[in-house]
Amino acid sequence: MPEQKSFPLPSSLEVVPGTEAAQAAHPYYIQFTPEDDERFWFYNSMHFPEPMHHFDMVTAEAAYCALGSFNTRVHVLPTTKGIDHRVINGRVYIGGVPVTDPAEIEARMGEFQQRAFYYYENWERLYDEWKVKMKALIADAQALPKPSLPDLEPIETTHTGKGVAANHALLDIYQKQLEGYFRMWHHHFEFLLLGYGAYMTFFDFCKKAFPEISDQAISRMVAGMEAEIFRPDEEVKRLARRAVELGIEDKFYDDMVIEDVLGALDQLGEKGKAWLDELEASRNPWFNINVGDGFYHYHRSWNDDLSMPFAALPGYIDKVKKGVNIERPTEQLIEEREQLVSDYRELLDTEEDKATYDQLIELAHRVFPYVEGHKFYCEHWYTNLFFNKIREFGALLAEHGFFEKEEDVFHLTHYELESAIIDLMLSWSSGTPPRGPQHWPAVVKQRAAAIEAWAEHTVPPALGAVPDVIDDPAIVMLWGITRENLDTWLSEGDEGNENELKGFAACSGVVEGTARVVKSVKEIGRLQQGDILVCQVTNPTWSPIFQKISAAVSDIGGSMSHMAIVAREYGLPAVVGTGSATQKIKDGQRIRVDGGRGTVTILHDEPVLEEV
Amino acid sequence: MNPVAWFKDVGIHDRPTVGGKGGSLGELTQAGIAVPPGFVVTTSAFEEFLKALEDREPVRARVSALDPDDHGAATKLSEELRRRVIEEPMPAEVERAILAAHAELTDGVTPVAVRSSATTEDAEDASFAGLQDTFLWVLTGEDMVARVRECWGSLYSVESMCYRRKQGLPEEGVAMAVVVQAMVDARCAGVMFTRSPLTGDKSVITIEGAWGLGSAVVSGEVTPDKWVVGKITGEISSREISDKHAKQVPAEGGGIREVLLEGTERTAPCLTDDELMALREVGRKVERHYGKPQDIEWAFDKQGNLLLLQSRPETVWAMKDAAAPIKKPEDNPLKHVMSIFGGRK
Repeated sequence: MPEQKSFPLPSSLEVVPGTEAAQAAHPYYIQFTPEDDERFWFYNSMHFPEPMHHFDMVTAEAAYCALGSFNTRVHVLPTTKGIDHRVINGRVYIGGVPVTDPAEIEARMGEFQQRAFYYYENWERLYDEWKVKMKALIADAQALPKPSLPDLEPIETTHTGKGVAANHALLDIYQKQLEGYFRMWHHHFEFLLLGYGAYMTFFDFCKKAFPEISDQAISRMVAGMEAEIFRPDEEVKRLARRAVELGIEDKFYDDMVIEDVLGALDQLGEKGKAWLDELEASRNPWFNINVGDGFYHYHRSWNDDLSMPFAALPGYIDKVKKGVNIERPTEQLIEEREQLVSDYRELLDTEEDKATYDQLIELAHRVFPYVEGHKFYCEHWYTNLFFNKIREFGALLAEHGFFEKEEDVFHLTHYELESAIIDLMLSWSSGTPPRGPQHWPAVVKQRAAAIEAWAEHTVPPALGAVPDVIDDPAIVMLWGITRENLDTWLSEGDEGNENELKGFAACSGVVEGTARVVKSVKEIGRLQQGDILVCQVTNPTWSPIFQKISAAVSDIGGSMSHMAIVAREYGLPAVVGTGSATQKIKDGQRIRVDGGRGTVTILHDEPVLEEV
Repeated sequence: MNPVAWFKDVGIHDRPTVGGKGGSLGELTQAGIAVPPGFVVTTSAFEEFLKALEDREPVRARVSALDPDDHGAATKLSEELRRRVIEEPMPAEVERAILAAHAELTDGVTPVAVRSSATTEDAEDASFAGLQDTFLWVLTGEDMVARVRECWGSLYSVESMCYRRKQGLPEEGVAMAVVVQAMVDARCAGVMFTRSPLTGDKSVITIEGAWGLGSAVVSGEVTPDKWVVGKITGEISSREISDKHAKQVPAEGGGIREVLLEGTERTAPCLTDDELMALREVGRKVERHYGKPQDIEWAFDKQGNLLLLQSRPETVWAMKDAAAPIKKPEDNPLKHVMSIFGGRK
């Protein structure tokens, strides 16, 4: 009998010395308690790979509020309820809530079939309605005014008998924005688990029928063609084409200073203006896309920082000039997908299997537009609006001396931020100085130091005793956590080649090249033609620079992640979810990426193969 | 009946007269797949020859009477019959016909491979018609005739005779065809399965290859490079490049010899990705032609042309292919999702 292995218990984790106050500032309901030792927890490094600012924790809170509601009480998943989360040292640990009583499962089964099947049966209509709902929510957020306090109320307040003074608007805007964020996450989870479930059903069937089929082949069979997530890149291509058509392509060059280029175009007259108009059209809404996965306030959008699309422009312009077709070949992709589906079908032995396959692929195709499409609206567009609105409060509070700079606002929890806003409202009403300037700077300083300390500190991937089976479809689907990979985590360090990193095989192909470790979007200008991109989170919004690189490696992401889907479409060898590529690989090192096996090898002390 | 049949004129249904290997090579040739040209010395040539043997002294009756558990007797009989096969002159019209065909095939210069081509299904089992019946790089017509005779003689090996007795196969139906095929001086060669030998997965193709002639791979004398390629997608999901310590090449006086390898050639992959894709394409074509997974021998010649040397149906997994479906269709397709949401059954 192998020894029963266990991860450390939650109670054995220590708060990093010096960060106790920062830890205590989190709400009581996400602090570990002794009873939590009885349960199994794992670190959600997939969504929250870096220590979180206190404000950003709202994302975990809102997301788990919504995810759990749909699992537990809306769709009524038979074998699982929601997700509990706890926070220590800036890291989010999560634990599933399995349903184990057979009678309860049975009862929930009936409810589930009645509810979930309604969604599947009416998927297209409900998803159309979802988009309307989601766009309305976005419009609401866009309509919220910028928070500000006049010295005196405008005279209109008197003339209209408004009866509400300007300070009240601060609370109103803040609460509406916060409410909108929580609501957005409900919309996000309305279809998500059902969508993944239908996809996984097809996935499992394929794995049984074709034991060696790659994850990428399966996802190519269901990939949607019109997904919003491809659109931002298409817009960059369109802008490249327009620049050539207008004959102003020489205004764009590698490592350009964007402000200078925009200024030059503005001075250029009609043609420059015409292009700038096109840029505006692309920006709204398609540049409302994050350079990260949208869970952190500092994952800014293309609109906030044009580095990403502008870094891609010269390459696309060059291709257009050479007559290379850069259009996304939608029709060809659809044909390829249909061919793939029918070729695999042909390999099935029995007519019954073919019939099941037809049923499953039909369902997977029905759900997939949502699986691919929702992120643009939720994690990108809405999340950007939300964090930017909070930034406006940051600017207002900074203006009133609460902190040094607007970004400091993210060191407050959302409760603390509301208290600071009320402090400001009180002071505006009383005509006395706010108390915040005496209170918050020290807090901000302490929290900033805590984030730094937490970033230096590594945490265990999981806590508590390993359950015999992981039978929670939500955890398996969303996080890819299985009994097998827990065992791998437990044995990590026992053996293995320290020059080799393992991850998910996202897109096959073997490439050797120079690693370019890119820590933020600001650094993408350093990428040279043929480099291998090594980054923490690769995201579909990085796709414009895929034309420049020969392979991609990321710390985070699963084989179902959008990055993986897009990499496959570009045929770019990619390994995602390596855990530590940006720490283990040094900038400039030669590495080998094997996207089919999901391995990355550091070649620095190996002779380089001449021919590969 | 004609003692000689050209590949282009025969197909798999001619198995009773040209054997499995000959029929398959004919079938591939007719399907437009690149196969080195050749002909089959048919079973009627063998029957002619056997008649001459029987006229002198019984053959089939002796084998029919053999006790398969008496190893001593079997060994003795095998030695005797194989000696007689070697010594018996070839019937004149048979010898004329196969020498003429050989001359036409080779112009007197091209070396050939001579391989036995058994007529029964069971004979595809390597234990029955194995490597000993393949003669490579045969240079002259005279040598070719001698090798044909040896192939015939292999019907009277101890294993072969005992196998037939144990299976109760009537000796009357036992005959042997022989394939004579122009030979490729391969740059690299190997085998290809159009399904996974590990899992039976029909969506992948497993390719094994090494430098030089394919005999090194088939005989297991060199650990080949190995790739797993998506049959439909073309993804190369696995690459195992081995240390290939040696290769087999033609010997000057005929036959083959082993050459030890050194340096980068040992560890360099013997196929490029483009070549893997060419193999995949031809593998799919052959599989489609036969309607079932195949076990294929292939070679790239020094000019880079891909040629198939043999294709036969895969047998190991074919026997395991379940009649039961993986998952039955549902009256309401939505019920399928319960396999994800319904928990462990």
